[in-house]
Amino acid sequence: MLDDFLLRASLAGLGLALATGPLGSFVIWRRMAYFGDATSHAAILGVALALALHLPVAAGTLIVALAMATTVSTLAAKGWAMDTTLGVLAHAALAFGLVAISYVPGVRADLQSYLFGDILAVSKADLGFVWGGAALVLGLLAWRWQALLTATLNEDLAHASGLNPNRERLVLTLALALTVAVALKIVGALLIAAMLIIPAAAARGLARTPEAMAVLATVIGAAAALGGLQLSLWQDTPAGPSIVTAAALIFAVVAVLARRQRG
Amino acid sequence: MSLLSAQDLTVRFNGEDVLSGVSLAVNPGEIVTILGPNGSGKSTLLRALLGIVPLSAGQVSRAPDLRLGYVPQKLSVDRSMPMTVRRFLSLPLRVSDAEATAALARVGLPDVEQRQMAALSGGQFQRVLLARALLVRPQLLILDEPTQGLDQPGEAAFYRLIEEVRRETGAAVLMVSHDLHVVMAASDRVICLNGHICCEGTPRVVSNAPEYRALFGLGTQGALALYQHQHDHSHDHDHGHGHDHTHPHSHEHGRSHA
Repeated sequence: MLDDFLLRASLAGLGLALATGPLGSFVIWRRMAYFGDATSHAAILGVALALALHLPVAAGTLIVALAMATTVSTLAAKGWAMDTTLGVLAHAALAFGLVAISYVPGVRADLQSYLFGDILAVSKADLGFVWGGAALVLGLLAWRWQALLTATLNEDLAHASGLNPNRERLVLTLALALTVAVALKIVGALLIAAMLIIPAAAARGLARTPEAMAVLATVIGAAAALGGLQLSLWQDTPAGPSIVTAAALIFAVVAVLARRQRG
Repeated sequence: MSLLSAQDLTVRFNGEDVLSGVSLAVNPGEIVTILGPNGSGKSTLLRALLGIVPLSAGQVSRAPDLRLGYVPQKLSVDRSMPMTVRRFLSLPLRVSDAEATAALARVGLPDVEQRQMAALSGGQFQRVLLARALLVRPQLLILDEPTQGLDQPGEAAFYRLIEEVRRETGAAVLMVSHDLHVVMAASDRVICLNGHICCEGTPRVVSNAPEYRALFGLGTQGALALYQHQHDHSHDHDHGHGHDHTHPHSHEHGRSHA
């Protein structure tokens, strides 16, 4: 039954939404948008590394994304000016990755699929990887949920309750690297951060509790993935950008509705 | 046996002593206020006692299985995070609806469970923080400038609430403040801090200590008037002692409170 490419693509999109909904909510609450950019752009460098060393692409992506996420959160803990640091790292990672990839013979043609994703070419094995990765991310977040929320609200409060805010930050770092590895195939390195931020931002206007926001972000992400795929088939547009376009449209509709309800 | 104590606690940031040689103990049921000007290390002291800031020297000891409720100085619930009062009270330990309602009633805030944290007024917000701290049934409440941003009636009401809570639950209270007026009357013991302990004792003893006067200068007149109505002789605020923070006898001053 998984022989239909459209079905596989839809399932991959749904798997991605499961991870990006809750994680994207944390990205918004902790103002980590640029952090997501830096980590996902580093994925391109991971692709280059994997191709050069004949490793699976997913492994290279995961390693480099993890290294970048750890670097960034270490710098953050040391009190670096994050806006500037992240701006430098995010763009440097992308540039280094693109330069590095040009040294690997025969990849230039595939570059577009790493930048914008190639969800219509998702294989059964890819699907297993996407759902396995999403399940890991969800499991991590569910396991640490109460502690993560407390540490996100206020680190001193978490500390006084016997929690370790640094450990919670590490959990999010790990979840982010996993999500980047999962999302690379689907929306591509350039738009991973968009999949984290836009559905969660749309959910914010409709939710009254953190849990409701995380669930709604997942639903909106799933709707965007399915809607974007249809758009892509119908208009023959690139799938990854079409999914993000759908998410942005949902965001706009929700923003208008929420404003009308309030006003 | 004290609930929480510190021996010769020293905290250094970038090679500079923020706190040096601070020793103190909080006993069951007492209200202790740490008073000091801005930058005197008050918040750092609380954070060191809570284990948030690493100690450069000295040690902190807690009674075994101490239940501790903490009200931080500043907590802004970002508008990006939807959070009802009810949900907030269940962080990080989940509590029942009945417990949450009782805690809110205790701090004088009935019917706010479904309100968003970001929509509360300053005074309501502080009360919710206190309610959350009470949910662990604390033996010791630690409050870091809990009335910052409240007006004077709000401040007075908050300190009255703290006293009520102490009377009902028997919890000891350790709090930090830079405002003298209400605190002096609401504390059993006051510790004056300026990088080290300048003086300590009952509010009456401390308010007469020259180190305290030197530390707070002209601003003390109002507080003293509030605290001691028959204070009649005039003060010489600038007679020069007390500003020397290595003052050898400053630690002995005012330790009349046993």
